[in-house]
Amino acid sequence: MLTKRIIPCLDIKNGRTVKGVNFIDLRDAGDPVELAAKYAETGADELVFLDISATEERRKTLADLVLRVAEKINIPFTVGGGISSVEDVDILLQNGADKVSINSSAVKNPKLINELAAKFGSQCVVVAIDAKQINGKWTVHLVGGKVPTDLDLFEWAQEVESRGAGEILFTSMDHDGTKAGFADEALARLSELLNIPVIASGGAGTMQHFTDTFTSGKADAALAASVFHFHEIDIPLLKLELKSKNIPIRL
Amino acid sequence: MKLVIINYGAGNIQSIKFAFKRLGVDAVLSDDAEEIKAADKVIFPGVGEASSAMAKLRDTGLDKLIPTLTQPVLGICLGMQLMCKHSTEGDTTGLGIFDVSVTKFSNSVKVPQIGWNEVSNLNSPLFEGIPENSHMYLVHSFYAPKCEELIAETMYDVKYASALQKDNFYGVQFHPEKSGLVGEQVLKNFLQM
Repeated sequence: MLTKRIIPCLDIKNGRTVKGVNFIDLRDAGDPVELAAKYAETGADELVFLDISATEERRKTLADLVLRVAEKINIPFTVGGGISSVEDVDILLQNGADKVSINSSAVKNPKLINELAAKFGSQCVVVAIDAKQINGKWTVHLVGGKVPTDLDLFEWAQEVESRGAGEILFTSMDHDGTKAGFADEALARLSELLNIPVIASGGAGTMQHFTDTFTSGKADAALAASVFHFHEIDIPLLKLELKSKNIPIRL
Repeated sequence: MKLVIINYGAGNIQSIKFAFKRLGVDAVLSDDAEEIKAADKVIFPGVGEASSAMAKLRDTGLDKLIPTLTQPVLGICLGMQLMCKHSTEGDTTGLGIFDVSVTKFSNSVKVPQIGWNEVSNLNSPLFEGIPENSHMYLVHSFYAPKCEELIAETMYDVKYASALQKDNFYGVQFHPEKSGLVGEQVLKNFLQM
């Protein structure tokens, strides 16, 4: 049976992890490769690297990082952040990334999704969507959630699928950082509406939240950052817990 | 050990190179018939769409070469699918090494299948030391149905062939280079053939 995926997300700035991590057994907690290797060993099913640097050398730094990760890591990983062209994606895939995640650039230029799917295949195109509820309507936001658009989450997700996206990574800004659980109602609706996998993001605080998002939220995968980085939830224990709840999981 | 990865412009080759490098083998990328024929082991990778990948193989004559190889050959993902006789993806005629036609998952499941799924009914030296129901990483929309040449099966939509073998030709639908330690074991076994 296809298993549900647990995905730690690493925020990267100038080639280093940021937001802090608290792994006592790491030599250098800021080194994304060392952290990624740790997660791969402890049972993460996939990794996401989100580049938040704003320097001009970002493209080269990110490409170098991808190469170093690919050299060391034997599980799949996705790279996102500031990717806006076929050339950007080409370099990252050539360097060993399995998938790329695009967000604002997909909203600004939806054709990019078609171009990427045609050139590299849908399987490596993840479209990330940040949304929050405004007057009861799930509204897509850009620039890390700062700028609202007039796009409706569900309509945009359907368009993204029809243009060839292979997966949707949905972050609920209403839930992100709250540690009060994922946006399971919206996730379930997305999952029923779409025929591609949906990754839940934003709100993880307890193991129960993961159980909930895989059952009532119908999510195919769940992404989290700080609860993993700060050992609030250990991945091996989380996976045992999910297994005991009869959720298909890889141990 | 001379390990050649067939180079025909297909997808993510870097990960396969690195996976072998972690096992201490430097793989060479090549589209040269003589170099491929002279290799001890050959990897036939593939990511992307079947008909355009097949067109690239025909352009370079590799479509004629591959079925004549006599050393162990391992097709991965689309590589395995192209070793079959046909694929409904782009109505593509394949290399015909495996006597099975590749078809698409139905709409009753999410397509592509993305993630870790179990391999069972393991029946090949390729899976030496790998426990039944181990999880492998898969990303695909098309699959080879169960057939005589099946050496591993996986359940998604239907029970299908997640690995095939005929003589010196091996094909795996999953990505051993991305399947953690069990995937590494598959590559190690292949190197030991």
